[in-house]
Amino acid sequence: MPCLYNNRKNIIMKFKFIEEKVAKVLMIVSSIAVFAFVLNIIYTIFRRGIPALNWDMISKIPAGGYYNGGGGGILNAIVGSLYIVLGSTILGLLISIPVVFYLNVYLKKDSKLAYVARLAFDILFGIPSIVYGAFAFTIMIFLGMHTSLGGGILVITLLIIPIFIRSMDEVAQHLPKDLLDATYALGATKLETIKVVLRQIAPGIATATLLSVGRAIGDAAGVMFTAGFTDSIPTSLSQPAATLPLSVFFQLSSPNADVQDRAYSAALILIFIVLVISILGRLITNYFSKHKI
Amino acid sequence: MENTKKRIQDETNFSSPLGVGGNLVPLQGLGVSSPLGVGGGSSFRILKNKIAGGVMFTITLASILLVILVGLGLYLKSVPIFQQNSFWHLVTSSEWKPGNGEFGFLPFIAGTLWITAIAVILALPIALLTSLFLTEFSRTAVKKWVFTALDILAGIPSVVYGVWGTLFVVPWISEKLAPHFVEYSTGYTVLAGGIVLGIMILPLLISLFVEIFSAVPREFRDAALSLGATKWQTSKYVILRKTFPGILAALILAVSRAFGETIAVLMVCGNIPLLPHSVFDSCYPLPALIANNYGEMLSVPLYESALMLAAFLLFIVVFIFNASSRAVIYRIERKFK
Repeated sequence: MPCLYNNRKNIIMKFKFIEEKVAKVLMIVSSIAVFAFVLNIIYTIFRRGIPALNWDMISKIPAGGYYNGGGGGILNAIVGSLYIVLGSTILGLLISIPVVFYLNVYLKKDSKLAYVARLAFDILFGIPSIVYGAFAFTIMIFLGMHTSLGGGILVITLLIIPIFIRSMDEVAQHLPKDLLDATYALGATKLETIKVVLRQIAPGIATATLLSVGRAIGDAAGVMFTAGFTDSIPTSLSQPAATLPLSVFFQLSSPNADVQDRAYSAALILIFIVLVISILGRLITNYFSKHKI
Repeated sequence: MENTKKRIQDETNFSSPLGVGGNLVPLQGLGVSSPLGVGGGSSFRILKNKIAGGVMFTITLASILLVILVGLGLYLKSVPIFQQNSFWHLVTSSEWKPGNGEFGFLPFIAGTLWITAIAVILALPIALLTSLFLTEFSRTAVKKWVFTALDILAGIPSVVYGVWGTLFVVPWISEKLAPHFVEYSTGYTVLAGGIVLGIMILPLLISLFVEIFSAVPREFRDAALSLGATKWQTSKYVILRKTFPGILAALILAVSRAFGETIAVLMVCGNIPLLPHSVFDSCYPLPALIANNYGEMLSVPLYESALMLAAFLLFIVVFIFNASSRAVIYRIERKFK
């Protein structure tokens, strides 16, 4: 009898370890799968994008008949995307830094307003860009505006403010209390502590900027109706502007195989810009982290 | 003197939000001795402080109101269509003929649900296993690599996912997978949309899961391990069970992200306004409907209103999902703190 009991116990013990092994293998497999997806996506885009890539693509605007296989490039879309990203990032920072400062310095920790505001930003974060786009388009029609660079910048700003605020807030919430007390003890007003707070949340600002630039440059649905599309480079806020994602999308919808190949090159350029921004951003984040307590 | 008094009061006011209320009485005595507080500039500084506070309050309030404004705006715009069709008719009819005034949203709602369901079924196991691996099993070096991969995955623009879908997933389905199951499929299918979307929500899911799993205190793990449980048993019986509401909340968040994804899905799922009967049929999700028809909507009566209703449906679903899952996540984080 004791022998049988021992045996069963042994089997159960063994099963436990077999299960552990199986689970571990499954986990490793799924982690490798994540890698495989990344490599597959980048490889696929590179393989199809490299052949059609040339200097004209990134240095010229579309010539006549570009979408039927004519000459030219997508400089209009590259510049348009950069304008929109730059404009919306600056606007977004100007709006979100005060909000984060207000939530964390002016308001109490258990303030109802802060709770509601954080919830609101979480909801805004979740709203799809197509909904922002549709909403903004209706307002633009209502105001009698046309698709324009300015409209695109506004929509993308709406889209990235929640990202800015959420990721800065995460850092600001862990601000050491003693630090604020120290500035108050020196006679600073709440507003004046911003000099200290900004230095402390600088890495958070850098990360937030990184995240939102990535989202801003890749968004297509939001700018589709608000920024429009054009073959020239916009010279004022009221002119329509082309964007890279839309340029990829329109070229891919073309029945012409040459133009489709260019869509792959455009996608490659887009991926390249995103990767460069994220690497630069990482370096900048590391640099800013040195003031952190 | 008046000035100093006001200053002391102010100082008391802004010390309290920091939760050092106990120290207030001694601070009042000390407040006057602050080196910067003397001189005529101080009342101006306090005024500046107040004004800045007011401005910041306005910005914060405006962004809260934005949520309401977007919802209200979309609702008001979709009202005209309710005057001719009941809401129930709109969401259960599958006739989509805008020219004849027939607006049946069922194919689009079904398309969105199918794609989202497939995306979740594919992404959830991978996300759970990977994040358990990252938090419970792996070494720091491995973690760094996987997180880098996830960062890249999160940074890839959705249009690139769409291009990848048309280059890789669609041909794979139509040439390799579909012939085993159905006679013919173009590859632009529900399944293609689901696969692309599943990979797109992976980074979000994993980062949320890792956050939630790391919130479980060490003692819980130590207790389980000291009772002789293996690491996997600890994960299964302690971590997963303790964080179940959090997992659910993270999932809801990812689903609401999946609902709104437009351009990538639009590029791979075929866009035919019919009810899909299998995963190898084409479908037409709600966001794609809005994106594809915006240009021409002004020429057909009620079309704009119908598209706004589509946007409003997306908004409401996302609103409810986000609000509820955030509430759960807040509660969990507070519980473990």
